[in-house]
Formats: sequence, C-alpha cells, structure tokens
Amino acid sequence: MVSIKLSETKINQIKDICKSFNNEKGELINVLHKTQSTLGYLPAEVQEVVARELNTSTAHVYGVVTFYSFFTMTPKGEFPISICLGTACYVRGAEKVLDEFKRELKITVGETTADGKFSLSCLRCVGACGLAPVVMVGDKVYGRVAPDGIKDILKDYK
Amino acid sequence: MEMIKLTIDNKVVEIEKGTTVLKAARKIGIEIPTLCYFELKGMNIENKPGGCRICVVEIAGRKNLAPACATEVMEGMVVNTHNIRVLNARRTVLELMLSDHPTDCLVCAKAGNCELQSMAQQLGVREIPYQGEQSTYRKDTSPSIIRDVDKCIMCRRCEMMCNDIQTVGALSAVNRGFTSVVAPAFEMNLEKSPCTYCGQCVSVCPTGALTEVDHTRNIINALADPTKTVVVQTAPAVRVALGEEFGMEPGQIVTGKMAAALRQLGFKYVFDTDFAADLTIMEEGTELLGRLSKHLAGDTTVKLPILTSCCPGWVNFFEHNFPDMLDIPSTAKSPQQMFGAIAKSYFADKIGVDRKNMVVVSIMPCLAKKYECQRDEFKVDGNPDVDFSLSTRELAHLIKQSNIDFNTLEDEDFDHPLGESTGASVIFGATGGVIEAACRTAYEVFTGKKLAKVDFTELRGLENIRQATIDFDGLPVNIGIAHGLGSARKLLEEVRAGKSKFHAIEIMACPGGCIGGGGQPYHHGDIEILKKRSAAIYQEDAGKPIRKSHENPDIKKLYEEFLGTPCGEKSHHLLHTHYFDKSEEVIIND
Repeated sequence: MVSIKLSETKINQIKDICKSFNNEKGELINVLHKTQSTLGYLPAEVQEVVARELNTSTAHVYGVVTFYSFFTMTPKGEFPISICLGTACYVRGAEKVLDEFKRELKITVGETTADGKFSLSCLRCVGACGLAPVVMVGDKVYGRVAPDGIKDILKDYK
Repeated sequence: MEMIKLTIDNKVVEIEKGTTVLKAARKIGIEIPTLCYFELKGMNIENKPGGCRICVVEIAGRKNLAPACATEVMEGMVVNTHNIRVLNARRTVLELMLSDHPTDCLVCAKAGNCELQSMAQQLGVREIPYQGEQSTYRKDTSPSIIRDVDKCIMCRRCEMMCNDIQTVGALSAVNRGFTSVVAPAFEMNLEKSPCTYCGQCVSVCPTGALTEVDHTRNIINALADPTKTVVVQTAPAVRVALGEEFGMEPGQIVTGKMAAALRQLGFKYVFDTDFAADLTIMEEGTELLGRLSKHLAGDTTVKLPILTSCCPGWVNFFEHNFPDMLDIPSTAKSPQQMFGAIAKSYFADKIGVDRKNMVVVSIMPCLAKKYECQRDEFKVDGNPDVDFSLSTRELAHLIKQSNIDFNTLEDEDFDHPLGESTGASVIFGATGGVIEAACRTAYEVFTGKKLAKVDFTELRGLENIRQATIDFDGLPVNIGIAHGLGSARKLLEEVRAGKSKFHAIEIMACPGGCIGGGGQPYHHGDIEILKKRSAAIYQEDAGKPIRKSHENPDIKKLYEEFLGTPCGEKSHHLLHTHYFDKSEEVIIND
C-alpha cells in the first residue's frame, strides 16, 4: 500500500472543488485551476487526490500539469515576483532586470527562495507597455525598472 | 452506407464515407508509410494521433500536405502519395526525427524489428543532415520492462495501449515541446507506477524505447555451471509463435523442434508448463466446484464469481485497482509458479538434487512473468521457485546464438514426468482456453458423466468480452470471458456493483490471450498473425490423445505419490497463494 500524506482540510478542499465540477474527467483543467488558486501550487499529493476524485490516472493529471506553464508544482513565495518579457518590456531591457533578480535572490525562474519569501516567474504583457520594463510583486506593479533599482524594490518586502 | 469515390495516384477507389485516405489507399494496394498510426483490426485497437507526419500526402486544391491517417475521404478528392513534394517532405520529417535519435542501431535491442530503422531504409536515408540538441533521459529498468526514452519518437502507441485498451494509466505524455516524453506520473520509475507489466506497450513500440529485461546471459551462465541442474518449462503460446522468429508462417506449430532446440542448448530436463496447466485445472476446477456447491447449498458467505488467476498481468491489475475484492480470484498459483513449486520439491527430491542447485527457467509469451517469478511469496528461504523467465523472443535469440538450425531440427518429445500434458492445457494459450479447460474437468467431476463433446466452441473467439451458459447436466453455469484489461475492468465493476450474473470469469491481460502476449514475436499490428496463432492452439489441442486435465496420467500419479487430493493440505501449501493490496491510500497527516 502506497501512502499519500496530506492534511484532512486540504483533502476536503480538493474534494469539494472536484465535486463542484461534478467529478468529471473533462473538467480536469478547470479543477486544476481552482485547486492551484486555492492551495497555491499543485504538489504530487494533490495531483494524486485529483486523479482519484476524477477517476483518471495520476500520469494523465501530471501530463496536463507539466504541459501548461501556468500550473506549478513548487509553492510560490510569500511575494511572487513576475517579470514581463513581452515585446515592449523585452526591447527595453527586461532580460537584464530578470538576470539581476536571479543574481540577487540566488534562484532561477520557477523557483522560490529558501526562506519562502520570494519566487520568480515570467509573464507576457500586463497591459502597461508605456511603463516598460514592468515588474509585478504580488498585485503591485513597478514600472520603468532598471537593474540597479531592484534592491530598492526588494527592500519594501524585507 | 454512403460511398465516396476518389482518386489516389491516378487510381479510382470507392470506399465508405468516414474512412481515411490511408485506409482508402490500402484498399487498392498503396501502402502509405506511417510510424505513429497503429491498428489491430477487429479488436477495436487503433492509434491515430496524426503526430509523426510520415504519412503526408498531397491533396489537389489544398495548400498544405495532409496526414493520410487523419484525413477523411471526400467525393472527387485527388490524392498523390509519392510526388516530389511529398517525398521531400516525408524525408525531411524522418531526417528531423533521426536528428534527435541515438544511432546505436548496431547494439539496440530492437535492431531488425525497429520500424524507425525500416523506415530509414525504405526512404533511402543515408545521412542525417540536421545536427542539434539531443534529448537525454535516464534509463528506467523495472523487473520486466526497460524504458529508454531517448529512443521514443512520441508516436503515443504505448500511451494508447496503457490507457485506452488496458486502462492501467501508468504512462502519459508529459512536459511540452522538445522535453516532452512518455512517462509515469512525476516521471518516477515504472516500478513505482500502477504498471502491471503486461508488456502491451512493448509489443506496439515502433522503436527500442520500450523493451523487455533480457535474461539470456543469465541462462548461458547457468547452463555453463556444472553444479547446477537446469530445468526448463515452456508455456502453451510459445510453440505456436516461436517459428515466426525463424521465418516460418505464423501459426506453425513447433513443439517438437522447440523441445529439440532446448535439449541442444543444454537444458538437463525439458519440461512443459502445460503439465502445470493441467495441475492448475485440478486445483482451480476443484475450487470452482467447491464454491459453486456451497453457493447451491444456500451458503451466502461464498464468493462468486470465481476469477481465474493464471495471468500475472491481471493479478497485478486487480491488486492495484480492486483491492476490496482480493478474496474473489482463485487462490491457485499460475502454471509457471505451480511448475516451479513442484519442480523444486517433488521432482528435486525424485532426482536427489537440492533446490539451491536447481535452476528453473520458464519460456513465456509474457513479460509480467519476469516480475511474477521474483515475487517474495514464491521464494523458499530466498530461493525462487522459478529463477528466470524468458520471453519467446529471448528464446529465439538464445537458439540463434548457439548456431542451432531451428528449421531443420528433428522433432523431439518433452521429458517425463513434468512434460506430459493434455489438450486442455494447450488452450491456456488463447483467450477462453483456461475456462474451457476448466469446464471439461469440472463438468465430468460435477456430473459424474463423460462429456459427449470436448469442444466448447461457444467459449472461443476474439470479441473483447464474451459470455456463455454451459449446461452442467441441468445446472446452467454462466461463464464470462474478458481479454485486455479494459474489458476486464468492465466485468469487475459489474461484480463490485453486485450486478454480475457469472459463476466464473476468465481474464487475460493481453488482447487475444497469451498468443498476443507482450513477450511474443512482434506482430506489427497484423491481426492475421494473432488469428493464426490462435487457430494453431486449437489445432494442437485437437491432435492430442488426451484432452482433459484430470485424465493426464502423470498428474494422477503426482496426486497419488505426493500431493494427496486437489485443494488438500499439501496443495494448499505448494500450489495456492494470496494477494496484496497495492492501491494508493491517502493518509491524513495534519
């Protein structure tokens, strides 16, 4: 017997989400969306429970989770940082901004700092191209970010 | 049915609406090459993801080339399958595929049977003009199957078999783009997945991405060790397929040549799993009658239907998926394991050999048997009842390595006493055979009468789920048969819901039964091969002087000299087993 370790509250949360989609296999993507927004991320244990509730294989759930870049198996930091790599931001030096974040936080895209404070991800256009390059920390938008301004941004959250 | 008329390579073809260009072309003898497309006609097995793009054709009036396997025929369509544009595109597709494929064909387990290799030959590819990044994954070795996904071309055939046909769900395409690969959940090892080792993924894989664990070296070493007495047993389905590896027509029966070859290879005793299959019938048949009699006497605690337990892929499947029903299958061990248990007790005593110095080898059409013989409950003080299980393909390799000209061998017989068998045991190799063999014995034991007709043709065939009612002299016995684990799941869910009307159900994991096993010579999607193997099984049965397991003289002797009665104390100890819950349990950990 293989065991999965997960708290009862979390298991019930996942079960409720699956139920709200009638436990239908075809609703897998919607279920994963809702589960991720509730739990923050989709670790293996969570995928096992989703697979069981929707009566599908864990391999299939994992296949979907790894196909879409939106889904993540690592927990986001307390303050998730997103760097826009859309065309406007990119031509105005977003990549250098990203590199500076990587250097400063000692993590790469998709990772979370050891203290769980910051995580790093990229996105395409937040609709604020006039402010390029744009960085978001949580829901807050920072415009015209330069590599040497990064320390100041991080200071707000320390 | 509405018919469609179209032109393919200047030939007019008329075909039913809804057909694909690929099938229309096949109808007039034009074989458009494919890699991902796969079909076992008449078994509802089809893979057409339209992914490999090898089958592209030009359709007049369309801007882009179209994949023939996924393009429906239309009235007046004009198709060209081999003009310069098509040939160039097809070659480029293949060259790109090869640019991310290892070129170790010389030593690849699939060499000579690889569809990618054949395609490169067919299209005359002599160099790979594209060079770039190559995907590299770790090799994953389980007790039965090796995954070497560097050789995967993402045809998705294994995924189709594992999910749609077998409903096992061990494999799925994961990740995206260049890094995409077929793998178990969380890319863990197959051994940690719900894989049943049925090997159907291996039997459809076009390349060397999925192959069996090869034990031929172990056998060569054992045969060369003077302290070991090496005993071999051969499963029923091997004798109707082994010939294919030596260029014979499918369905050729090579029992005598196989026995001769095994003796030439150096096996001291050449025995037959069929003997153990007869033994299985004695045990499983007795168990069936026992449960049936109790049921008829009004005992409500007795579990019916009884399920056959010969197939190790099926045993793995119910341990993973139906842990609440572990008391329903027969407790009888599979013939492979019954043979091992008897060989290393009764026979070892008879010839005065310590079981530690006896090596029991089985030749099986199966890959799950490799796992089965390693299960802990089939060991005595760490010494397994069956040491190694080889597939039909591995035996062919062993014969070829030893310079044996198989085709010209004179027929030889099996040795005694574990080589004597009946027609009933031979049909274990085809779907429906085990239950037919059980009926032959159970009928005569139950009614005390001789069967007027030994053949229960109503139990034969290739439909995925079959049922028949056999008249046990006034008592109607309902029999269910399923082959392919997806079909088995349907019958099992009925049992779980209390809706099953069957008294006994036979289940085989592989489509067609053991003749279509994961260890058999590759059929490359040709259903006629499976049909011919199946016909040969029944032909071998018909030609046997004894056709009922309980009439096997050496089986009678085994009970008289050693075992006592079927399902007796000694049998219970040696020939019966128990099952384990292998499902996943969610443990609450607050």
